[in-house]
Amino acid sequence: MREIKYADAGVEAIQEEMRRDPTIIYIGQGIGPREGNYKQSRGLWAEFGDHRVRDTPISELGQVGLGVGAAMAGARPIVDIVFLDMIMEAMGQIVEQAATIHYTSNGKIKVPLVIRAAMGTVRSTGPHHSRCFYSWFAHVPGLKVVLPASPEDVKGFMKTAIRDDGPVLFIEHKFFYNKKGPVPEEEYAIPFGKVRILREGSDVTIVAMSLMVGKAIEAANILSQEGISAEVIDPRTIVPLDREAILESVKRTGRLVIVDEAPAFCGFSAELAALVGEQALEFLDAPMHRVCALHTPHPFNPVLETAMLPSVSKIVDAARAATRG
Amino acid sequence: MTSLGLAVGGSRLRISEAPTLEMYGCMVRIRLFELKLQEIYRSGAMPGFIHLYVGEEAVAAGVCQNLNQDDYVTSTHRGHGHAIAKGIPMGPAFAEIWGKPNGCNGGRGGSMHIYDPSYGFLGTNGIVAASVPLGAGAALGAQVRGTKQVAVSFFGDGAVNNCAFHEGINLAAIWKLPVVFVCENNLYATETPFAKVTLNTDVASRGPAYGIPGISVDGNDVLAVYEAAREAIKCARSGGGPTLVECKTYRPLGHFEGDPGIGYRTREEIAEWKQRDPINLIRERILADGLATTDKLAAIWSNLEAEIEAAYQYAKSGGEPDASTVEDYVYAN
Repeated sequence: MREIKYADAGVEAIQEEMRRDPTIIYIGQGIGPREGNYKQSRGLWAEFGDHRVRDTPISELGQVGLGVGAAMAGARPIVDIVFLDMIMEAMGQIVEQAATIHYTSNGKIKVPLVIRAAMGTVRSTGPHHSRCFYSWFAHVPGLKVVLPASPEDVKGFMKTAIRDDGPVLFIEHKFFYNKKGPVPEEEYAIPFGKVRILREGSDVTIVAMSLMVGKAIEAANILSQEGISAEVIDPRTIVPLDREAILESVKRTGRLVIVDEAPAFCGFSAELAALVGEQALEFLDAPMHRVCALHTPHPFNPVLETAMLPSVSKIVDAARAATRG
Repeated sequence: MTSLGLAVGGSRLRISEAPTLEMYGCMVRIRLFELKLQEIYRSGAMPGFIHLYVGEEAVAAGVCQNLNQDDYVTSTHRGHGHAIAKGIPMGPAFAEIWGKPNGCNGGRGGSMHIYDPSYGFLGTNGIVAASVPLGAGAALGAQVRGTKQVAVSFFGDGAVNNCAFHEGINLAAIWKLPVVFVCENNLYATETPFAKVTLNTDVASRGPAYGIPGISVDGNDVLAVYEAAREAIKCARSGGGPTLVECKTYRPLGHFEGDPGIGYRTREEIAEWKQRDPINLIRERILADGLATTDKLAAIWSNLEAEIEAAYQYAKSGGEPDASTVEDYVYAN
């Protein structure tokens, strides 16, 4: 299979959809002639022009608010926030407007809006350009949340997100943009709500999201040398969540380690632990472990940053603790 | 000038040059609808809160007279007048405000979240200033699809210092979106006087800051509102971009039904504005110009009373929703 960059996979999906549907527009800062901070909109403005690819000033609230309004009025906007941290400026329009309109209108109005942003750590991007609070959106009824961890998933999920008739938070990881991976040549879309099992195993289930998937696989390789067989699962879509697959795995292995680049307290890792505690408690052979970012803002210094974040060795230690005894 | 700082006379239009009787009818319709709501609300029958549009009817009637059914409106927490003027049938509107399942959006929203896309009505709103970017966005949708629709964003003086106002208008301006921004400046945001929290109280003057025209009109003169809105809507529809129209008006009642509305205002101020009731103002001109007789106006009034009574009965018959529907429509698919 051909290998293309994560950024280019997103571009292909958007390009194919924009060619198919003239109501799709792309709005964001520096996404026109500049082609995006990560080249995540490369070629779009050259092909579709100012009418459908619109550079904005630094106005996240306005960008999203106009996206919601346009979605209500027959367009299908993609609003590119670039850095997830900047989405804070637009929270009201996402939480109070986009998420509520279809429900409150009794199903009469749809908001087919994709909000795209990149989360997470690349070395020392610092306190205002590194956050991973995707769980906040999962907490809001009405929003779907996608965390693609590979070029194949980016392309397949982006098409589904664009075709979804409701608001979708499409949260990439900025570390991945230049990384290549296999992507099918033929057109495809991946439905929401199914995990990807990266590695089958029998002794412990490791659930990891986004950048943490690769660390979980590295940890699994180390663990296998110690005779511990780890199953690595990437939920991929936080909402809708494939609860069945996660529960099936934990019921089989009896042990769970959750790896999240966001802090543990009130994060998505807490939701997974609650899910297992509520629906598979009697299958657990050991307490669950969460390997998450420490409960701090994101430091700039590389040593502090590394100390704050999950690591392969922290995951290995947690899996060993879960499988001991 | 009156002591309220308004130019006497207002519009240059002759009442024969405008659909005056239609707008009079719209204003009376809104007034009677709001007073009936007030009556039923005071009886304790209705849940939630209502923010009545009494006293501001000239703005909704004058603006919406220029709109087609498929034009868009985004509105505020004080938006019953916009909903009625835009054409939402009164029975489903009354029922929605009452939270009944036969409301235009199933009682899901109530007063501050009325939606009816078949009239382009994209919501009253509990978030002040949200109507600005949402209305600009609706205009963007029309521009993307290449239609001739326009959008009107209604908002109050309470919205103009909010980020959503700034960002929404700037984006509409740079993209020449087919939207008109209508500020209903009634001098108070709940109990906070506009002049206390804003140094430059000339809302219309903010237009040129974004490179768009700003017009200020007597918001209680329906012909002045109609004329300004007509020009602004024509400009938007022909690709000329947005306009900011400030309508100076007043709400003689409290902020919400139950608020006496006098702790933060003088009775003299309220009385002075009641002298300028927009329905009385246009009625005097209609009679003076001979456009209609008192009998004709009385007939309009009593026909509307009957319509409002029918709307109330429709709403009253609504019952309650099936509680098992509570999880419907969280997601579109």
